Amino acid sequence: MLEIRDLSCGYGKEYILENVNFTAKSGDIVCILGSNGSGKSTLIKSIMGLIRPLKGEVLIEGNSILNWSWKRKARFISYIPQSFSSTFQYKVKDIVLMGRTSYLNFSSTPSKEDEIIADEAMKSLKILHLKDKIYCHLSGGERQLVKIAQALAQQAKIIIMDEPTNNLDFGNQMLMLKHLKECAEKGMTVIMSTHSPEHAFLYGTKALLVKDGRVIEIDNPNKNLREVDLEGLYDVKLKVFKLNFKNKMIKMCIPMI
Amino acid sequence: MNILDKDNKKTSIYPFVILLIIIFVLSFSLGRYPIDAKTLLKVFLSKILPIEKSWEDTIEIVVFQVRLPRIIAALLVGLSLSLSGAVYQGMFKNPLVSPDILAVSAGSAFGAALAIYFSFTTTGIQVFAFLFGIVAVALVYFISQKIKADPIMALVIIGILIGSLFNSFVSLIKYLADTEDKLPAISFWLMGSLSGVMARDIKAVSIPIFLGLVPLYILRWRLNVLTLSEEEAKCLGLDTGKIRLVVIISSTLMTAAAVSISGIIGWIGLVIPHLGRILVGPDYRVLIPTTILLGGSYLLLIDNIARTLTTVEVPLGILTSLIGAPFFIFLLLKRGRS
Repeated sequence: MLEIRDLSCGYGKEYILENVNFTAKSGDIVCILGSNGSGKSTLIKSIMGLIRPLKGEVLIEGNSILNWSWKRKARFISYIPQSFSSTFQYKVKDIVLMGRTSYLNFSSTPSKEDEIIADEAMKSLKILHLKDKIYCHLSGGERQLVKIAQALAQQAKIIIMDEPTNNLDFGNQMLMLKHLKECAEKGMTVIMSTHSPEHAFLYGTKALLVKDGRVIEIDNPNKNLREVDLEGLYDVKLKVFKLNFKNKMIKMCIPMI
Repeated sequence: MNILDKDNKKTSIYPFVILLIIIFVLSFSLGRYPIDAKTLLKVFLSKILPIEKSWEDTIEIVVFQVRLPRIIAALLVGLSLSLSGAVYQGMFKNPLVSPDILAVSAGSAFGAALAIYFSFTTTGIQVFAFLFGIVAVALVYFISQKIKADPIMALVIIGILIGSLFNSFVSLIKYLADTEDKLPAISFWLMGSLSGVMARDIKAVSIPIFLGLVPLYILRWRLNVLTLSEEEAKCLGLDTGKIRLVVIISSTLMTAAAVSISGIIGWIGLVIPHLGRILVGPDYRVLIPTTILLGGSYLLLIDNIARTLTTVEVPLGILTSLIGAPFFIFLLLKRGRS
């Protein structure tokens, strides 16, 4: 379980978010919503320790992780940043294998076992055929999947993603979310920031609304995330429509312009 | 398992080993005192087997006291500069970086120029070159640590600044130096040469080169991860700050040691890793041995040309850039097409 307690984050003396509290359990998909520049990435980076939190705690199973080594942290949380690239022409299998780094001894290189784990990760995302392709030549959607395979090879319980569906076409967005849902069903905790409220309606077990330096936690967004919340969040008139489809209620967010 | 086995066939480095051996053997017979292959073989075997001596003493002196140290020096300098270039390119995430990005050669040049100015012995020049190379990089590292910016960016900028500072000191010394003997000596040192190398120099520089080589080889997998963005590398469990420090110390030891006996030799640290990457890919598990073998072979080849081309030796630095720059253009053009 990941617990964020009274977390305040920002740069230097400038606070961007104050007193953030939320918890994420095994099986949760937490969607972070908020406008550009509201502090979604700052929140994610502060949880990861890439930005030193100004106040508060980040706890995994009750232990504060702020002073953990990167190696130890990597075994519990995997993180996929908003943009990533590779200057050199590494093969996909090498990139996925890099997910095993935190398990290696000081002097060792990945073993046969590590390679099997990496292969399994690619198999579960159905990208094993990309194995010998050059990573930086792939399309955005494929690269994103490779990064997820890397995160799976890392075998961390928590996966944090900064706008994983950004730059992906509609089909790839859905594919990505489907894979993330599978991760959650296997008991992982998924935390992701997104620009689509629908992602929260469809897949979120929790939503975090980030606005004006504050974060509001909403359980079961499909039920509890209201029109007014979203209007306030994005400063735009909108309507949330409900569709009954095969006994499942699907919510859509439509702007009123 | 089947799939794994098939894919696991690593790119072989044996062709490069064979290349190195061929150039290595050839190098002994080349030169102003030509030695035929048969005599050469006999001279070598006589060290292990009891063979009746049928050659002049001069041949033995040429082989063991003149050519052998020089050949080993070329190998050591070539591999050091190439390997430093290869790891720096990964660390700076930029294939156009060369080993002197953190001002090591500028520092060494200053040390050597200073030693020549004060009429120190050859050893004195080497020691000064080695120490000032390290001093320059240490300055770059500690100043960059104080700067609140992306650590890679800070290193590059401070590297350029300190480098240009040391280069101006070199110019100043040249300006003040006696134009009869010291100025030419400094100029020649800056062009690079292995002509004066002796056996004891090899012994002295092989220690820092070895001390640099070992940690880099141990880190070979982590160097792959270090080529990713800072954030990604950290979150994959890499202590990027520590690894960077080890890489900088190791590369600096190797480059400073190499430069201290050879003077400034450009291009090799840029071209060889590039060539290595084209041949075996960017994975440091294979790239490190490949770069070492190619770098050694390349400088040995160039040095053979330098000492046989004309009656007067051509400085190495001139040859490496004369060959390196067009070769690099060729590589880039070829890449662009594919």
